[in-house]
Amino acid sequence: MTLRVGVVVFPGSNDDRDAMRAVRLLGGEAVAVWHRDGKLPEVDAVILPGGFSYGDYLRTGAIARFAPAMAAVRAFAAAGGPVLGICNGFQILCEAGLLPGALIRNRGLAFVCRWVHVRTEGAREGWPEGEVLPVPIKHGEGQFVATPEELERIEGERLVALRYSSSEGLVDERYNPNGSAHGIAGLWNAAGNVLGMMPHPEHAVDPDLGPTGGLQVFEWLFAAARAFAGARPQPAPV
Amino acid sequence: MRAEPLHRALGLTDEEAVQVERRLGRPPNPTELAMFAAMWSEHCSYKSSKVHLATLPTRGPGVLLGPGEDAGAVDLGDGLACVFKMESHSHPSAIEPVQGAATGVGGIVRDVLSMGARPVALLDPLRFGPLDNPRNRYLLGGVVAGIGQYGNSIGVPTVGGELKFASCHGPNPTINVMCVGLARADRLLGSRGGGPGDLLVLIGAATGRDGIGGVSVLASRTLDADAQGSRPSVQVGDPFAGKLLVEACTELVERGLLEGLKDLGGAGLTCAVSESAARRGLGAELHLDEVPLREPGMEPFEVLTSESQERVLAVVRPELVPRVQEVCERWGLSARVVGKLRRGGTLRVRAGGRVVAEVPARALTDEAPAYRRPLERPHVLDRIREDDPAAAPPPRSLEEAFLAVLGSPGVASARWVFEQFDSLVQGNTVVGPGADAAVIRLEGSVRALALSTDGNGRYGFLDPYLGGAHAVAEAARNVATVGARPLAVTNCLNFGNPERPEVMWAFAEAVRGLGDACRFLGTPVTGGNVSFYNESEGSAVYPTPVVGMVGVIEDYRLLSRTAFPSGNLAIYLLGETRPELGGSQYAEVVLGKVSGRPPALDLEAEARLHRLLRECAAGDVVASAHDLSDGGLAVALAECAVAGGVGFTVSVPDRGLPPHVALFSESASRAVVTARPGREADLEELAASHRVPAVRLGITGGPRLRFEGLFEVPLSDAIVVYEGAVPALMSGRPAAASA
Repeated sequence: MTLRVGVVVFPGSNDDRDAMRAVRLLGGEAVAVWHRDGKLPEVDAVILPGGFSYGDYLRTGAIARFAPAMAAVRAFAAAGGPVLGICNGFQILCEAGLLPGALIRNRGLAFVCRWVHVRTEGAREGWPEGEVLPVPIKHGEGQFVATPEELERIEGERLVALRYSSSEGLVDERYNPNGSAHGIAGLWNAAGNVLGMMPHPEHAVDPDLGPTGGLQVFEWLFAAARAFAGARPQPAPV
Repeated sequence: MRAEPLHRALGLTDEEAVQVERRLGRPPNPTELAMFAAMWSEHCSYKSSKVHLATLPTRGPGVLLGPGEDAGAVDLGDGLACVFKMESHSHPSAIEPVQGAATGVGGIVRDVLSMGARPVALLDPLRFGPLDNPRNRYLLGGVVAGIGQYGNSIGVPTVGGELKFASCHGPNPTINVMCVGLARADRLLGSRGGGPGDLLVLIGAATGRDGIGGVSVLASRTLDADAQGSRPSVQVGDPFAGKLLVEACTELVERGLLEGLKDLGGAGLTCAVSESAARRGLGAELHLDEVPLREPGMEPFEVLTSESQERVLAVVRPELVPRVQEVCERWGLSARVVGKLRRGGTLRVRAGGRVVAEVPARALTDEAPAYRRPLERPHVLDRIREDDPAAAPPPRSLEEAFLAVLGSPGVASARWVFEQFDSLVQGNTVVGPGADAAVIRLEGSVRALALSTDGNGRYGFLDPYLGGAHAVAEAARNVATVGARPLAVTNCLNFGNPERPEVMWAFAEAVRGLGDACRFLGTPVTGGNVSFYNESEGSAVYPTPVVGMVGVIEDYRLLSRTAFPSGNLAIYLLGETRPELGGSQYAEVVLGKVSGRPPALDLEAEARLHRLLRECAAGDVVASAHDLSDGGLAVALAECAVAGGVGFTVSVPDRGLPPHVALFSESASRAVVTARPGREADLEELAASHRVPAVRLGITGGPRLRFEGLFEVPLSDAIVVYEGAVPALMSGRPAAASA
């Protein structure tokens, strides 16, 4: 069965085609979802791609959360559908309240485009713990912040998905490119079906272009999509 | 006191005002005068440069569109065309670095878009004054932020460029930007499509009072002490609107809804409408009341010459207008019919129910004045050129000299700059910034574009002819080094005030050098830009021709990279080293002088090296390749080592040259390669068959950069010096190397 992955296209999305290309490269079918659509097509997973939705002049993701497509994504996530937010997608998920915390301007105040390493946490189906993934980041506002209570809950409930690390998996401030609290690069929601991350896995799947640390992220997305598709009531065969 | 005549205030000379009247057969009204002033400005009319530019080779088997269009285009085969162009945004950036640089990116992207292409890459050749001056740090920081703000937001990767420094760029930073796009060859727009009766549709942002006089008041004058008063002539960019234009225009082109498309850049609507009409041998009707405005009460001349950003003018068949508007609406963009192409050559402008201007379109464009300005070779050059740095005594310590050159900001890593740019978006970047050439794959194919920009201001100063020729040769060498075939050239010619004969002489010489090199290497010039008046208080920038080269590589999986990939590889120097330190990085950094003659350039030898490098890549004979330029052999070896994290041991062949000359000579047409294990004999044979000297220097490996019998430096020190120089300077600390 070919899995169908919806990629929401906001005005200002930049990595939407790249996310679709990665989905296709890994054997999935990519479907563009227009931001004005209040209903999702039949999909098994959703990606919120990177970019600068609506220009992000106000606050990253602050306008996108009100898009009709986001209401549909919210309902999809509530029904257990897997959702991956990448970069601007992560920012939108936080603004929409689907993930805790917020992403603010990098500690160094400058945009950073660079290959980094992140270490996986929060083991689940399709997501082993302790893997070190080489992936690129490219953002100006990727510093994850949360209140002390939220951070406590995030750590207590093991909601961290990725932390910036050395190539050996050592988590240390030296390897934190943007000043994120606790070196957090990616987060789960409590139910484990929504993943937000600042690094760009869609730019790390093609060996012709560089390291392939992004494959792990898509493996999780596809595993979760398969499980979600399997659990969904199937239309009766014609 | 008598008021200054209007034409002078607008930037026209008295003689030009007479010419305007002659073209019209009557005195122009103020609106018409403003249109002429904008279109006859140096920036728009190329009036001082066009007699020289006409000598450049612009044709070749692969050229689809040459100069005169918004951007040139070459055939890539497989039905694909590569559209590319370079421009400057130096004047606005000197006054307001963030917006100046940002709108430069927006403008060049729209030029490429206007040809029906999707922009796929940006490159930024940047030149500033020394970073020990806080104002220069402010300018560099602002320009980089502006490029990032715009380029990152619109989803076009920034994959290369240059970062150079010289005192002459303190008051006059030189900010160039190149955009490369891809189009289906049969969908290229050009300016010939459409005919009488087709409608002019203005797409994008509303028109405001920003940027009025940008071409005449700002870009075509020198920056004086009161230049900050020109801030209102700097446009303000809106990258989100720019991104929507990219998406909407690409969709309009893909659906085949357009006959033509033109960027609204310098001289705004006046330029877009008059060129759209004149290039088709037509006239046009323009209704200013239909132009969406940001504020009420704008005068016709303001609407006509505003340089508000994020606007394009489309030529559309009347029956397709609703479909064009539908696509634009989807992207949230305004698309208004503002005029019509018509027979006869007259451009008639209406506002408030009356005709406010009526001029022959060609009088604004093709019939603008052309000047053969006086040329004079500056005699002071003779003395400077006789002062050969190779005749100076050797440095006290070779090691210190090496570290000083490696850590000089024009040689050291530009990572501080390029890490602030998204180089990965669109997912086709095979090789990004910091390499000899960037490599962008053609989607769904193993073929790729190789892109490079190059220019050497010191060479241009000492010998503008060689400066022009070297810029072409080095850009082509960069492209060949990764394994690609150089195809064609765009350029940005950065000079001082063309009314000064010495400046004009240097310009003419540089164009001659550029043309000769392009003819020899078979890389036609498909377009470019001239940036004059880069001077303040009589002191001009170095004559700096910057070349942007596009090449194609047949299989990007076989490309050569700079980095030494591992130890135990034989290192070879390809090409001839001569005692050439004139205008070199070594002479400037260690001797503190910019003097002597730039290296000679044997284009025959250059072309042989390119063929060799290409065959080395295609035959998988080499494991790495890097061209030699600023800082010579010593810097090139260090860069290979730093990039790969692998040291080396070499013995520098003396050939009668003192060690410092052999290490730092900038003789042209050279590269450093490592052979694949077991392919050493093949490499030597291949080099011999191309008649390129190949000398085995030593071997890769180990934690040190060892120049046997001379000195050695730990690799980790070299990394700190090379990577740390620019960040240290930008934080206001002295660079490690100059401590």
